[in-house]
Amino acid sequence: MIAGVIAVVLLLAIAAYACGGGTDYGAGFWDLTAGGTARGKRPRQLIDHAMEPVWEVNNVWLIFVLVIMWTGFPVLFQRVFTTMWLPLALAAVGIVLRGAGFALRRPARRLAGRRLYGAVFAVSSLLTPFFLGTAAGGVASGRVTATTTASTDAWANPTSLLFGLLAVAATATLGAVFLAADARRFAAPDLDRYFRHRSFAALAAVAVLAVVTLVVTHDDAPHVWHGLTHGVGLVFVVVAVLATLATAWLLTRPSGAWSRVTAVGVVAAAVIAWGMAQRPYLVPTSLTVAEGAGAPSTLRWLGLVTLVALVLVVPAVALLYWLDTHGELEGLTDADLRRDSAP
Amino acid sequence: MHTVHTVLLLADPPAQTLPARSMMAFTLASHIILVPMGVALPLITLLMHGYGLRRGDATALLLARRWSAVMAVQFAIGVVTGTVLSFEFGLLWPGLMGRWGDVFGIGFGVEAWAFFLEAVLIAVYLYGWRRLPSRTHFLLGLPLPLVALLGAFGILAANSWMNTPRGFTLDAAGNPVDVRIWKAVFTPMFGPEYWHFVFAMFVTAGYVVAGVYAVGRLRGRRDHYHRLGFTVPFTLAAVCTPVQFVLGDSIARQVFQKQPVKFAGMEIVWKTATHQTEYLYGRLHPDGTVTGGIGIPGLDSVLAGFRPDTRVTGLTSVPAADRPTPTQATIAHWAFDTMVGIGSLLLLLALWYGGLWLWRRRLPASPWFFRGAACAGVASVAAVECGWITTEVGRQPWIVYQNMRVAEAVTATRSTGLWIMFAVIVVVYVFVFGSFLAVLLRMRSRWRLADGQGGPRPPKETPEPDTPETETPYGPRSAGSRL
Repeated sequence: MIAGVIAVVLLLAIAAYACGGGTDYGAGFWDLTAGGTARGKRPRQLIDHAMEPVWEVNNVWLIFVLVIMWTGFPVLFQRVFTTMWLPLALAAVGIVLRGAGFALRRPARRLAGRRLYGAVFAVSSLLTPFFLGTAAGGVASGRVTATTTASTDAWANPTSLLFGLLAVAATATLGAVFLAADARRFAAPDLDRYFRHRSFAALAAVAVLAVVTLVVTHDDAPHVWHGLTHGVGLVFVVVAVLATLATAWLLTRPSGAWSRVTAVGVVAAAVIAWGMAQRPYLVPTSLTVAEGAGAPSTLRWLGLVTLVALVLVVPAVALLYWLDTHGELEGLTDADLRRDSAP
Repeated sequence: MHTVHTVLLLADPPAQTLPARSMMAFTLASHIILVPMGVALPLITLLMHGYGLRRGDATALLLARRWSAVMAVQFAIGVVTGTVLSFEFGLLWPGLMGRWGDVFGIGFGVEAWAFFLEAVLIAVYLYGWRRLPSRTHFLLGLPLPLVALLGAFGILAANSWMNTPRGFTLDAAGNPVDVRIWKAVFTPMFGPEYWHFVFAMFVTAGYVVAGVYAVGRLRGRRDHYHRLGFTVPFTLAAVCTPVQFVLGDSIARQVFQKQPVKFAGMEIVWKTATHQTEYLYGRLHPDGTVTGGIGIPGLDSVLAGFRPDTRVTGLTSVPAADRPTPTQATIAHWAFDTMVGIGSLLLLLALWYGGLWLWRRRLPASPWFFRGAACAGVASVAAVECGWITTEVGRQPWIVYQNMRVAEAVTATRSTGLWIMFAVIVVVYVFVFGSFLAVLLRMRSRWRLADGQGGPRPPKETPEPDTPETETPYGPRSAGSRL
């Protein structure tokens, strides 16, 4: 019972990271594709400005996921990190390069420095979600077992690769939808159009990849396929489809309002559908939630920690997002750091 | 469990152990440089900020803003290098987490939500300078030091559990059952480790920040700006240093009580006896002899139990496989002695500063004091590294003291793969930390240049309109409405 609750918490934390962190990875994706220095100047400025105050908070969701994994389901943690060694190691390197590249780009002044840090940030924004996605695909297709070694087959297989691509496409969608909204907020209609077009393209890519994934999982990950086409899993698949259609429709409307909510709905529903499809397994057909669960007393404490987190963290994160979307948060400029200024 | 031990006694440690340990050591040693700043720089900045608000001192506010700009970069790099450590628990030590994750992992849960709060508050603080009302901005920053202390709670609970594990019973297969979380979090070493660590962070951050302005003073910059930038952090560090000295002394005695073999390693004590000699440095050989170093007869017993006839356990009280090797003991011993030595020098510096302040109400004038202060930052970072080496190397060969060996916890991934990844990580970290340093230095020279040109002017009432240099190309529509 308690193990099931913690498994749901883990799933929701993964969904939160996919949405929060995903938006930032997506911003990096569009940074990568923004073109040369002159052409990409305005999109990049918007990306810098939009991501700056929130990306560190979004990254903490990942820490939360890892903590719930190793405290609540130690065996799962051990097996995932043993079999998915290479993609996870590369994702870790990607996370460092991405965060450092982003943080260093802003104070760097020379064009060469900004280019280098920007490129590091953008490329690793593409690779990190891909590798995290492949690791998730390895879990979904049941390749994470007690006996599997860290071979390439564990992650270089159809399901893993598609999960990786799907992760990239989903982050790109989120990034474009949020950046379009930011462009509207900053009254930059040209950038609004720019990112709306990209939102459509990314959303179409997500739809195509999702269909392909569903076909591939039929043979490669039969348990998940069955879960996605039946019961609760199917409900969330339908929600994801409806959210996709709603996002596309909202993006054609002039105001574009609520498109962020529906875009988050697409990704969150897809992640939850995957988790529900895996029931009752943590890793399909080799490790059930009950088998993988840690000591019951620990799980109860973990539940308590989660509750406290909800009470403390949700208002704080809500405050941050509210301040951010109302234009209250802005980085210090050179002028603020000179003696003759006093903001 | 015992069969596992016997097997491991006969076999060499797996080939993965060396690269895994090197990688963990390298990434932690790098990350730990940023930790004092992450924990204590917000406090120091808030002190300066509060001082500036209270006195209406524009220079203090400028310093606080500039430290915020540094904090923005440093916090980001701390976040990502910290995330790597979480990954390494799985990538390098899956055996540790697989068996013990549910016993000691919960502390990290507390840490995770502390990080959430910290990331939120720091974002509001760093990016709230321009548009938030100044009181609201300051008040929203105030919980930051407390949240940072909460974050330290989790990681220290985990590390002290690895040193004095409890809160579980082992079943026939050697797996922990019947987990009692409260006992597993508040282990005997937790209190001493926690306070020793927290004060180390305050001391280190204070000396590092003050050191920057001490250098400025040595180069002849004696204005209000440098005086303030030096005094606030240095005072904090100087007040904390004697406390840290007492805490350090107490934790050493706690190790003597709770982990006698680790203490024996730290003090290179070979045979259990009374009237033990205290060695300053020196090298322990496999036959138990010590070469080099200065030996002070009887002092080790006095330090451990206040009396020369205190019985100090030696390394040979346990089988060779259950204790640090002579080389490991020597490393831990050197790190320990270096830490204590640096701590003692810092105490002298703090006493010099405090004494003069109490009697004369002024800063020391001697350039030697500022030379010392300029080195104190680097020295205290070195002391933090040494302290961490002492506790980690001194615990060998155990990852969970007397319950799991490092060799049992290490990943099964091929050692070549680990070496390659280690090389990649080294390159990435050199790039990241090198760039970080370069960016800091460039910020400093930019500010110095700006100060030289503009000179101190009376502060203006309202913020400057965005100059062409500002990097926000299109302000929000509501710009200025809240001011």
